[in-house]
Amino acid sequence: MTIKPDPTEALPAGEAQGRSLWQDAWLRLRRNRAAVASMIVLAVLTLIGAFGPMIWPHPYDRVYQQFVRVPASLEAYPREEAVLPAFERLLTRARVDHGEPELSGSEISVGLTSDEAIDPRILRYFQRSDLFFAPALDLADDGLTGTLTARVERLHFYLGTDAIGRDMAARIMIGVRISLSIGILASVMALLLGVTYGAVSGYLGGKVDNVMMRVVDILYSLPFIFFVILLVVFFGRSLVIIFIAIGATEWLDMARIVRGQTLSLKRQEFVQAAEAMGATKAGILFRHIIPNTLGPVVVFVTLLVPKAILLESLLSFLGLGVQDPLTSLGLLISEGAANMRGALWLLIWPAATLTLILFALNFLGDGLRDSLDPKDR
Amino acid sequence: MLSYTLKRLMSAVPTVFIIVTLTFFLIRLAPGGPFDLERPLDPLILANLNRAYNLDASLWSQYLTYLGNLLQGDLGPSFTRRDFSVNDLFAVGLPVSILLGSLALSLAAVLGTFFGAWAALRQNSAVDYAVVGVATFGITTPTFVVAPLLSLFFGVVLGWLPAGGWSQANPIYWVLPVVTLALPQVAIIARLVRGATIEALRSNHVRTARAYGLPTRVVVGVHALRAAMLPAVSYLGPTAAGLLTGSVVIETIFGIPGIGRYFVQGALGRDYTLVMGTVVVIAVFIVLFNLLVDLIYAWLDPRVRFD
Repeated sequence: MTIKPDPTEALPAGEAQGRSLWQDAWLRLRRNRAAVASMIVLAVLTLIGAFGPMIWPHPYDRVYQQFVRVPASLEAYPREEAVLPAFERLLTRARVDHGEPELSGSEISVGLTSDEAIDPRILRYFQRSDLFFAPALDLADDGLTGTLTARVERLHFYLGTDAIGRDMAARIMIGVRISLSIGILASVMALLLGVTYGAVSGYLGGKVDNVMMRVVDILYSLPFIFFVILLVVFFGRSLVIIFIAIGATEWLDMARIVRGQTLSLKRQEFVQAAEAMGATKAGILFRHIIPNTLGPVVVFVTLLVPKAILLESLLSFLGLGVQDPLTSLGLLISEGAANMRGALWLLIWPAATLTLILFALNFLGDGLRDSLDPKDR
Repeated sequence: MLSYTLKRLMSAVPTVFIIVTLTFFLIRLAPGGPFDLERPLDPLILANLNRAYNLDASLWSQYLTYLGNLLQGDLGPSFTRRDFSVNDLFAVGLPVSILLGSLALSLAAVLGTFFGAWAALRQNSAVDYAVVGVATFGITTPTFVVAPLLSLFFGVVLGWLPAGGWSQANPIYWVLPVVTLALPQVAIIARLVRGATIEALRSNHVRTARAYGLPTRVVVGVHALRAAMLPAVSYLGPTAAGLLTGSVVIETIFGIPGIGRYFVQGALGRDYTLVMGTVVVIAVFIVLFNLLVDLIYAWLDPRVRFD
């Protein structure tokens, strides 16, 4: 019996080492500029989706009633020129004689005079306002004069606000988080189902294969939305159901691809060798067949993620997907489409984000296909 | 070829039958019924309604009744649209959907093939990159983004076309829905044809045709494109079925009275017969177009034989 040398020790330093399929693919992927750019874009968007909502100053479901549908702007709201008129309106409602209000930084103050004692309850007008915070009344001893001070909170809505006054940037971040996670989870679901089903069907062959593939054919001709609606109706509208529904309808192609691969793999020598050594069928399937089908499967998954995201958007567009106040890019787009007259940015930002994600995933998928394709070396 | 066609049609019957059966029992399994309103109906009225629609019979006998009616081409009465049978609804909606779908399909096939072949003939040129870039954009931008934007731009800002609505007699109402329906398909077909043409141009039979000294026009138009159409044709089969049976997004956004909406509305309102009717129509279209694809395939590729 000969002792098999350890390949890493056997090679002297400096001599060329063999590269695995995956290392080779990685090297070629890195040379594809579009794919690398896509990976960076996706990484950034993933980070934004994961951590953006935590550090962003506006919660995604906070309603700013006084700033409904404000356009995107780098300047702070309320507008500088709108603060004093709003303050004076409140003073008029409070029915007190007042001097010229002064605005310095975020502090606003005004001198008050009156013939009768000033009622401190006028503060309520300011407490109820959404614009001014911490109003304080500093009255002289006779109660006839005093100074009213209040703070103005300046808010930034870099992407504007939606139809009921929620910050668009925060909502898009949540939308990215939901859309990406549904895309990934649904693809993982389709991956597990499709790979197992296809490999089992292809490996067992014969009658079992026939029946299993007939089932796939029949499922193919049923409209996808039918399943989703049924699942949503049965189990209620929840995130988990949505990704299960999408995953459960998208595994069919995967099953076909893996079955085709398995059919050619199972006749190869290494499988016969494993059979000769008495390996179990399940063992051969999971140790030898499935790992060898992964090349095309990985490519298919990158193309499946954008498909799942689109499907989720379609469901949300139809009102079957994510429910308010939670949101996804599809829901944001459908809200934006309803409000686009006069507030076009409500449609543009989420649509641009979705297109960017889908673009990146498509380029990454193309790049992966090119780099994993053995014909293309 | 006739016997092949007949055999294929016969073999489609069990598939349609299984789909009908599956759908029938699945939709019945869903909780709720067509007459569940926010305010529950009087039990007597509900019982009467159930009797009128034969819902009080056993599920099995309802299934047999439905199958019997289906064989006679009767899709039954709609549960939520009183006074309409599903046949009535489809008689109005299906021609609209088919009109839109076939226009979009033709547009997509012609433009997609043209741009795909053009890009392939000028591979790695500015034209090629432009086509691939625009096509990627067309594939990745969802219809429900494109539709409102086009409607806003051409309908409201420029005012050239109606922003929505439908008129069977006035083709100006057809333009935006057809273009929106066709755009993603143009993009996909252009990519498919481009890839296949590049491969076909390198293949042996095209090289032979070139060696014979045939003009480029003939080499490309007859020999290369013929092979390059194959993937696009097999893609177009199921796509055509989908386009002709209506798109829920387009119909919702442009307010078009097609049948695409019926499936979603029917499933949400538990309009059993409407859902069943839509599924039957879609299944029949899919079967027909898969057959059509196989026939076209054999015509394009002489190596494929009917046996």
